[in-house]
Amino acid sequence: MDSRIDFYPTHQHGAYRLRPGRVSPFGTTLVPGGVNFAISSGHATSCTLVLFEKDAPEPLVEIPFPPSFRIGNAWCMIVFDLDCERIEYGYRMEGPWDPGAGHRFDASKILLDPYAKAIGGRTVWGQPPDWNNKFPHRGRLIFDDFDWEDDRPLETPLADLVIYELHTRSFTAHPSAGVKHPGTFAGLIAKIPYFKELGVNCVELMPIFEFDEFENSRPNPVTGETMYNYWGYSTVGFFAPKAGYAATGPFGMEVDELKNLIKELHRNGIEVMLDVVFNHTAEGNERGPTLSFRGIDNQTYYMLTPEGYYYNFSGCGNTLNCNSPVVRNMVLDCLRYWAAEYHIDGFRFDLASILGRAPSGAPLSNPPLLESLAFDPVLAKCKLVAEAWDAGGLYQVGSFPAYGRWAEWNGKYRDDIRRFLKGDDAMVPVMAERIQGSPDLYGWNERGPTASINFITCHDGFTLHDLFAYNDKHNDANGEQNRDGGNDNHSWNCGVEGETDDPQVNALRQRMSKNALAILLMSHGIPMLLMGDELGRTQRGNNNTYSHDNDLNWVDWTLRERNVELFNFTRQMIALRKAHPLLRAGEFFGTNGSPADIIWHGTRAWKADWSDASRALACMLRERQAGQDGNTTPVLYMAINSFWDALSFELPELPKCYHWHLFANTSLPAPDDIHQPGQEIALEEDLQSFLVGGRALVILIGRPRP
Amino acid sequence: MTFSTSVEMKGREAWITLEGELDAAVAGEFRQAIEEIAPQKPEKLVLFTSKLQFMASAGLRVLVFAKQQMGREVSIYVVGASGPVLNTLLLSGFDQSVYLQESYP
Repeated sequence: MDSRIDFYPTHQHGAYRLRPGRVSPFGTTLVPGGVNFAISSGHATSCTLVLFEKDAPEPLVEIPFPPSFRIGNAWCMIVFDLDCERIEYGYRMEGPWDPGAGHRFDASKILLDPYAKAIGGRTVWGQPPDWNNKFPHRGRLIFDDFDWEDDRPLETPLADLVIYELHTRSFTAHPSAGVKHPGTFAGLIAKIPYFKELGVNCVELMPIFEFDEFENSRPNPVTGETMYNYWGYSTVGFFAPKAGYAATGPFGMEVDELKNLIKELHRNGIEVMLDVVFNHTAEGNERGPTLSFRGIDNQTYYMLTPEGYYYNFSGCGNTLNCNSPVVRNMVLDCLRYWAAEYHIDGFRFDLASILGRAPSGAPLSNPPLLESLAFDPVLAKCKLVAEAWDAGGLYQVGSFPAYGRWAEWNGKYRDDIRRFLKGDDAMVPVMAERIQGSPDLYGWNERGPTASINFITCHDGFTLHDLFAYNDKHNDANGEQNRDGGNDNHSWNCGVEGETDDPQVNALRQRMSKNALAILLMSHGIPMLLMGDELGRTQRGNNNTYSHDNDLNWVDWTLRERNVELFNFTRQMIALRKAHPLLRAGEFFGTNGSPADIIWHGTRAWKADWSDASRALACMLRERQAGQDGNTTPVLYMAINSFWDALSFELPELPKCYHWHLFANTSLPAPDDIHQPGQEIALEEDLQSFLVGGRALVILIGRPRP
Repeated sequence: MTFSTSVEMKGREAWITLEGELDAAVAGEFRQAIEEIAPQKPEKLVLFTSKLQFMASAGLRVLVFAKQQMGREVSIYVVGASGPVLNTLLLSGFDQSVYLQESYP
């Protein structure tokens, strides 16, 4: 292979043999006998490749790109005979220092390649870095030779997903996790049987692109513990996995370990969705470090004010200039890379509304980036999910530019379910919208219920347990005098703020959690659970645990035994959803495309009470042909009572030969609270009504008796 | 500890014994051994690793190369792997692409 003329050295720098490189793809590519380095900058005047031996403090060599190696704004060079396993690389860029014009070139800095596929420097989680390191985040070379066998993205229909949001480290870092490699990708593999038992079929990983846990790290003023950039919503490198999340990170094998995790999840029928953060980078504002983009082409990569300062639509100091054509291409290259090389099934975009802003910051009606992602052939089967708001005040739930492809985190679902459950006025009509997939938000523009990612809790805010244990946030441990975190939690402590031994309060909290889970899994749209909610995980009232590497975030696996009732309830609700296609509709009920209807009831059958004072709502889901011409499709009925006292719900008449069976009743303790789908309890033949306890929920199945 | 390989054909089986520390600096020797026996079209590739103390990702890469070079129809056996070597195979998922055995035959 070395004899190929197109891979023959033509230039020399010291002992290093060189050749003009290929402009595409950007980043590094292994070629016969060498490595192709390609990078672009719209305003740099020169570029130098800086090579290090792994972990060495000083460069091994600096190789300026000869003038003839630049094509347009791209520098490209093949360097031969490199030891790919031992090399780290970066760049120096020369150019103007003119902040007012947006330029912040500084040739004294060694810069990380934005396309680096592996990054050294933080390969062991929490290991304090050498703060004097002149090149803290270093590009590394990787081989694309993972043995995928026949794996590929699963392409599970969106309507069939049950998403489980988790933080890679938090899921197995607790000593009770009982895994060999806590807090790692390998640790997650050990928990695959748990995912299977619970029944979820998609894990959404909070950020796993390389980030710096030491960004803004500081001692906790209360406990003295180190506070980290723990969640990782601050990207250092978009193409590299977080090395500190891999047990093999110190050996440079994080790519293999992550790919192995994905392959194993796929083998078990579980998709992988990544939470991706393209709204800002780890470089902060003008006072932040120069790691990569700022020194490569500040004016291109960031949204800048006319004076050259950083727009801060992310709330994190800077805003990536996503609708600049250069950045747009990088985002597209990045997602294609993760879809093709890591077999990722979908992406959830953090603060995605920023992706729809023009370089000036103004919202665009037809954002090129969102359109490109929607119609990209490589991403064609990937799920695209937007967090449809940003920190600059743009809120697009229901109006995110979707192009028939994008789904949204439905923040209104979260807020409305919470408000209904705690008993707010005037929530019954809006509950009907949320349960049927939010047609008020997505019933236009050819969108359907699968545009709605339904959730009641996520990493931002209270856990499910805390939602019903705290009226107010308790964020003192964050060291910001409880100023951080949202105040609009719509939570209710059930009578006592925080933990209590009162059995009645604890029983009510358990019931409220079950109510929430049942509504979530009975609703049209895509349900998303937050890790540990099925176990009653608490953050002790903290609704913004972004910085804590401790049991505020870690899943305590002893809860698996202590809260077996809640776990089992969740598991059976997921099983019910899987058993009944009626719950996984791709079209809104009542529309021409749907063969089924949803019928609303109240305490009176066929007559829902839509008044402001109403706290009761029931719904029945049925195929239009149910009970006719041999169609024996079950009918599903859910009665929700958010009033404090019990209410009698008159039951609607069933098709002939159908009878009611009790699947779930949250006012009853285990084991009577829920039953395995198909083994529901038969109710009396002539049952006319059902008494639903105060702040409780009942699910009945109507079907023929055997 | 220095790295060494020894290769012998046992009928239609290629036996390679690996000793020492298999890192990037010596992975080429291992790869060369694979390349030498590939033309003999072995039906099985048996790697004896009980005296292999360490395997860096470079070593793993050669295993991947071996699998691709030999083709899918050739079974690869890794015999006697333990400690860090076994760990590397397990965490990278390569244990699923080969037969891991304590002894052979």
